[in-house]
Amino acid sequence: MKTLIIILFSAIFVNNFVLSKFLGICPFLGVSKKLSSAVGMSVAVTAVMVVSSAVTWPIYTYLLKPKYEYLQTLVFILVIASLVQIVEILLKKFVPPLYESLGIYLPLITTNCAVLGVALLNIQESYTFIESIVNALGAGLGFMLALVLFSGIREKLEKNDRIPKALRGLPIALIAASIVSVSFMGFSGVIEGIFR
Amino acid sequence: MEIIIPVVITVVSGLLLGLLLAVLGHIFAVPKDETIEKLTEALPGANCGGCGYAGCEDYAKAIKNGEAALSLCSAGGEEVYKEICSVMGATSDEKITPKKAFVFCGGCIDYTEDKMKYRGINTCKAANMYFQGKGKCDFGCLGIGDCAAACPFGAISIKDDLAVIDRTVCTGCGACVSACPNFLISLIPADQTVAVRCKNVEKGVLTRKACTHGCIGCRKCEKTCPVGAVTVENGFLAKIDYDTCISCGACASACPTGAVFPIKEGCKN
Repeated sequence: MKTLIIILFSAIFVNNFVLSKFLGICPFLGVSKKLSSAVGMSVAVTAVMVVSSAVTWPIYTYLLKPKYEYLQTLVFILVIASLVQIVEILLKKFVPPLYESLGIYLPLITTNCAVLGVALLNIQESYTFIESIVNALGAGLGFMLALVLFSGIREKLEKNDRIPKALRGLPIALIAASIVSVSFMGFSGVIEGIFR
Repeated sequence: MEIIIPVVITVVSGLLLGLLLAVLGHIFAVPKDETIEKLTEALPGANCGGCGYAGCEDYAKAIKNGEAALSLCSAGGEEVYKEICSVMGATSDEKITPKKAFVFCGGCIDYTEDKMKYRGINTCKAANMYFQGKGKCDFGCLGIGDCAAACPFGAISIKDDLAVIDRTVCTGCGACVSACPNFLISLIPADQTVAVRCKNVEKGVLTRKACTHGCIGCRKCEKTCPVGAVTVENGFLAKIDYDTCISCGACASACPTGAVFPIKEGCKN
């Protein structure tokens, strides 16, 4: 239980996929302009992460492990791409407004390195099935935390007209992102310290 | 033989996932709007963005929702407008004047000179930031072809350092208008036959130094025009009002520098 909690919280805070591993930067910058779409996007990403971990772990352990480890990237991408398609179909059917507001970023989850990253890291860290799912959940929640935090900053930046002209838009967003990322370095070591 | 098992693994997992997707797609299919489909079919499908929407399908959606006027597709012209009207059940009474893009600069390599060799980033925008480009005239065509790159129909080419629009291909979508950093391209009525091919607002002497075919603001065209359609604005640049112009061509023959051209493409007139 303790290891699960440590995995969960360190995936959210210490090894935050966006802010300390720098995976999934594209949706991080693309969708964080509005709070509502940021939440929707991160829920979709979290769902894809958890389900894809749940599918890729057995595939790796029971099908590929002895001899065909080199197939993992190919098969994982296949699984992730189809899962994203399924999420897209479901969203289109049941939550059309969210589908519209996510636009191109929804199919782009397919090539979101954070999703593939979770699947590959589960294998690399030799997590068990449950641990993998918890890690994926933590990664998704960490993605949500980063997006929600940053969309708040983004909204303030959009309204601020005292930013120098040359920095407006993406440049200031990138600078702000790096500062947020630096602030997340403060978490390193904290989680292990609490639960030990 | 070693290769067969990995191939089978990949193919089978791909097939299974594909089947799953097909089944799910069938179960959760969203019924498509027939009107939108018909409208998209009626539109040219070039996705030029001339209507102000992200593409033809986006415009079709906007028509369906009543957010957009029916006559915004300049690329399709009257034909498409009538078709859209018949799909929407509206009367096609609005008159569509077809428009074509025109480059308001005649300063090709024979008429003007370079003040430097430009070796920077190969776009008009970048060249314009660097001392207004390589040409002597600060208002003229930069000749690198941002407009040509912006044209979704491939109607623009660069000949003798001057952008040339093929009027038979141009649909008047206006994608090139915003691409020119010197604002040289505008849409003018397709049947217009004369235009002032210059945007240089400097005094005659300065214009003359930069380009032999620039408008020097002598007002000869203004005096010659029988209907008063030509005025010299900003002090030193003639402008034609296309609504009153009767395309008689008197101004073009009166112009001493040849800045007022009968509309023709390319450098030699």
